Amino acid sequence: MVQIILKRLGEYKKASILTPVYMVLEVAMEMLIPLMMASIIDKGVTQGDMSHIVKMGGLMVVAAAIGLFGGVMGGRYGAEASAGLARNLRRSMYEKIQTFAFSNIDKFSTPGLITRMTTDVTNIQNAYQMILRMCVRSLISLIVAMLMSLNISPRISLIFFCAVLFLSVVFSFMIRLAMKYFTAVFARYDDLNESVQENITGIRVVKAFVREDHEREKFATANQNIYNMLVRAENVVVSNMPIMMMTIYVCILLISWNGAHMIVAGDLTTGQLMSLFSYCLNILMSLMMLSVTFVMITMSSASAKRIAEVLSEEPDLKNPEDPVLQVSDGSIRFDKVSFRYQKESPDPVLDDISLSIRSGETIGIIGATGSSKSSLVNLISRIYDVSEGSVSVGGIDVRRYDMKALRNQVAVVLQKNVLFSGTVLDNLRWGKADATVEECERVCRIAHAHEFVEKMEKGYETYIEQGGSNISGGQKQRLCIARALLKEPKVLILDDSTSAVDTATDAAIREALRNELKDLTTLIIAQRISSVQDADRILVLDKGRISGFDTHEKLLEENEIYRDIYESQTGLGAGADFDKQS
Amino acid sequence: MAEQKAREVRPVGGRGHRNMPPGMKPGVKDPVNILKRLFGYVAKDYGVAFFIVLVCIVVSVLANAQGTMFMQTLIDNYITPLIGAKNPDFGPLLHAMSRVAVFYAIGITAAFAQNRIMVKVTQGSLRNLRKQLFDHMESLPIKYFDTHAHGDIMSVYTNDIDTLRQMISQSVPQLFNSAITIVTVLVCMLRLSVVLTMVALAMVFVMLQVTRIVAGRSGSYFMQQQKDIGTVNGYIEEMLTGQKVVKVFCHEEEAIRDFNAKNDSLFESANSANKYSNILAPINAQLGNMSYVICVLVGAILALSGKTGLTLGKLASFLTFNKSFNMPINQVSMQLNSIVMALAGAERVFALLDEEPEKDEGYVTLVVAEEKDGVLTESDKKHTGLWAWKHVHQADGSVEYKPLRGDLVMEDVDFGYVEDKKVLEDINLYAKPGQKIAFVGSTGAGKTTITNLINRFYDIQDGKIRYDGINIGKIKKSDLRRSLGMVLQDTHLFTETVMENIRYGNLNATDEQVIEAAKLANADGFIRQLPKGYDTVLSGDGANLSQGQRQLLAIARAAVANPPALILDEATSSIDTRTERLVQEGMDRLMKGRTTFVIAHRLSTVKNSDCIVVLEHGKIIEKGNHKELLELKGKYYQLYTGKSA
Repeated sequence: MVQIILKRLGEYKKASILTPVYMVLEVAMEMLIPLMMASIIDKGVTQGDMSHIVKMGGLMVVAAAIGLFGGVMGGRYGAEASAGLARNLRRSMYEKIQTFAFSNIDKFSTPGLITRMTTDVTNIQNAYQMILRMCVRSLISLIVAMLMSLNISPRISLIFFCAVLFLSVVFSFMIRLAMKYFTAVFARYDDLNESVQENITGIRVVKAFVREDHEREKFATANQNIYNMLVRAENVVVSNMPIMMMTIYVCILLISWNGAHMIVAGDLTTGQLMSLFSYCLNILMSLMMLSVTFVMITMSSASAKRIAEVLSEEPDLKNPEDPVLQVSDGSIRFDKVSFRYQKESPDPVLDDISLSIRSGETIGIIGATGSSKSSLVNLISRIYDVSEGSVSVGGIDVRRYDMKALRNQVAVVLQKNVLFSGTVLDNLRWGKADATVEECERVCRIAHAHEFVEKMEKGYETYIEQGGSNISGGQKQRLCIARALLKEPKVLILDDSTSAVDTATDAAIREALRNELKDLTTLIIAQRISSVQDADRILVLDKGRISGFDTHEKLLEENEIYRDIYESQTGLGAGADFDKQS
Repeated sequence: MAEQKAREVRPVGGRGHRNMPPGMKPGVKDPVNILKRLFGYVAKDYGVAFFIVLVCIVVSVLANAQGTMFMQTLIDNYITPLIGAKNPDFGPLLHAMSRVAVFYAIGITAAFAQNRIMVKVTQGSLRNLRKQLFDHMESLPIKYFDTHAHGDIMSVYTNDIDTLRQMISQSVPQLFNSAITIVTVLVCMLRLSVVLTMVALAMVFVMLQVTRIVAGRSGSYFMQQQKDIGTVNGYIEEMLTGQKVVKVFCHEEEAIRDFNAKNDSLFESANSANKYSNILAPINAQLGNMSYVICVLVGAILALSGKTGLTLGKLASFLTFNKSFNMPINQVSMQLNSIVMALAGAERVFALLDEEPEKDEGYVTLVVAEEKDGVLTESDKKHTGLWAWKHVHQADGSVEYKPLRGDLVMEDVDFGYVEDKKVLEDINLYAKPGQKIAFVGSTGAGKTTITNLINRFYDIQDGKIRYDGINIGKIKKSDLRRSLGMVLQDTHLFTETVMENIRYGNLNATDEQVIEAAKLANADGFIRQLPKGYDTVLSGDGANLSQGQRQLLAIARAAVANPPALILDEATSSIDTRTERLVQEGMDRLMKGRTTFVIAHRLSTVKNSDCIVVLEHGKIIEKGNHKELLELKGKYYQLYTGKSA
């Protein structure tokens, strides 16, 4: 776990090594200066030796300057090393997440990944800085103080060793206990974050149902849970302070008692005893600093574990070795395909699907809600992998393509589509990064988005808010289609992408697609029969199986489900005149 | 939805980082007030506990001082007399030691109590602050959420609140502790030599100046750091929410590139902030040493000249005190790090707390009513099938009950998300109780906007909307919304079981009622096929459900609410037409005699409406029932035939 984290130090290794080096310099000066101070008092002031005072004073200034240099440089590199580690951790995690399949993301949940990338990384950053600066500093003074006391009296320094040993045993036990609590706390943190996120994205639902108080209560409970667990965890951690104080005090008393006996026996001088006390205080100070670091380390090890989980997660979908980079044409073939979202689900979502589509065909897909239309097309661009059978595009199994190449040439306009905060042009250029304005306008004309984009205040430079909250649902859909067209794909999949677009515009878009992009294989999932009836063939899905796959006319004759859908929309009886015309 | 929302409102409360020109470094404004306010929050709930903590600190400082004094007197009083004695009597030493052991014990107990209580104070204050944040956030208007990056808001709850932890738990006790030491030592120093004390204080003044400059620097970088964390958080949240799109567009590399840019600026600000706060402690430590050197020189000259009362012995003691004077100052400057960071976090927390909540001046409330002897009165039953508006007249305090009927009138309504850009103009509309009113029109015509005005997600600019003859501005927002069931264009599901998600419409609904609603919405079938049926937990906004299934759940949610009036905004757009027909029959049965507003593109959805309103560019251009509109051969005809007349 520590290795996984430290591997990300990268270019900040240098700073990580320099920080403790400079800290040693600072600590060294810090230890020399008191000696000089003592000398000033003992030899200078008490004896009235002015020249000694000036000499020692000058030395002290030099030592202080060196100490300052060490301290400043240590601070500088410490900041760089820890902020740098944090940066690299965030970057590696983000890069890792980009390789994740959706099943991986679902496992961690979006808010969970967010806390890992911010809160957890910040914990590591703080702890790392503490370790580099404070830990080194206090460890050195601890060791020096122990050595000095060993030099004075091995018998008495035995007391220190026992004390330190006792404390390390107690602390390591406490770390283990506290860590258990902290790990649990962080999981709760994810839940809290999730609840905040849900309330922000779903605020309209909350307000529409006047559930503010209900949400407040829910949040308060989650919040209280976190509080309870944190209090438990921190209670363990803060007990280190009194335990440490107790140990040190016991040490002082033992030294006093033993020291007194030794002095009386002539084994120790009073001056030496005074030095032992001052070392004892040194040890006390170092241990206090160490115990603060210890708290941070405990907290951060829970964080480190969570970060390591992300970094060592294996993506569920992987690029093949020797990937095929070019999709030769837009033909699609399903061969005995079945699919389930989770291996353990009893019923497959898609069952025994075999079909083949010629390049350039326009295919309509229709079926009841939950008949797995979206799941079917998701297999084509390999958003998920089949459970059994195979899907091929251009005659080659999709699993043999480079994923990027496949997805660039098989464009999907998703059902639940998303625009990102940025200008209209920024959003369109997702399809093709270096697209010119003319290219963008061209695809917008095909998708019938040009008209309304032009009318917006700043045209193509209009800023879209997160999730496209400042444009209407139908406008969003048309921009999404335009964005996909910019990829100049061989296959275009429209997954219910015009549901919020009115029939007239919907028809116009399909017409434009037919006229402008003749070789494009188009798959259109729709609820409206009018959206699919002029397709070359129509696939009727029913509960994950193919019920019919033929032309509109044939299906009307032979397929009961299709006929039923058709009639439900053309509604014999109500508004019949109207429908005959369509 | 809307053509244009007020984009210029985004930088509310100084949070508009995205638009900030590069190189501009915002500093923490008014740190004193922020600190005051922060402690106001701590003191409000934990004033007594906090006071006890301070007492504990004093006790442990005093007990510690006893220990130090013991060590100073140990040799002279207890050991030296024994040297050379034949039968040394360790009795007095033992006695002194047991006395000091008692002080130690008191000190340890006080420290233990202080730490324990402090955990409660810190975590409790943070808990209360988080709760207050959330409570406040729930009251903010929709506009706020439209114009702020979601991840940036989330960051306030985690990253910004976290900055306060160390400050409350460690810095404050430490400061107090140091303050006591500083004052005691200062008194001792003054008694020894006023002149030298002045010299030492002059150095302290220098330290404070340096501290001010360096801490100011690091403060503005910490502010920047918290903003950058917010930005990074916002970016991650937005991109992960749209991760599917990132995948299908193979946009991973670009996403990484953009992320790196934001990540790098976070690194820059974090690095600078920490750098400045790290160098503060060594600078002050060495300035302390300088102070020592200067004091020794000045003191030696004074002492040797013999003119002042300063003896060499006094100088020696003064120097010892000077040493212990500088130590707490150093400790304080070490804590400044976390204080400055906490200030930066607190400013963002308060910015969110200071956001203007949704205004609600309504006083007309919705009550469950019953009719007694032909007179409508308030009922204490939960459900009678009858609702009434309780109108307490402000002039004379008389109470009037008006039955809720679902009669809605819009008169000359104008609206724009931005002041000077009208999205809706001159809207006149009459909906009679029990009617089904449909809004149709091209995308962006303002259909959703109208419904958002009815439930007051946004407020109209001009004109009047009357609900059962009452101006909706007078109706309490929560009651107005309770009277209107809504199924929104964007379905939102919570991370809960299917059962709870449907029950969201009516928290008092029994399981049976929920299932009944699900049956009415035709959702029962697919729910039963989920791994755990109604107890299946939906995660990630119902990620594994199809759009149509999500809509069915949303409809079930509205059905269980059993509202007096209903707004369906593209509620069935992803549901196949056969299922829709079944759903519609169910809903029509449920809403019989109540008013329903429907927005849809699909003919089958709106065809049987009593009145169809055709909108274009924010204006009503046609109105009438299906047949009338077809005969008109206008826009409606054109929209639904795909042909121009």
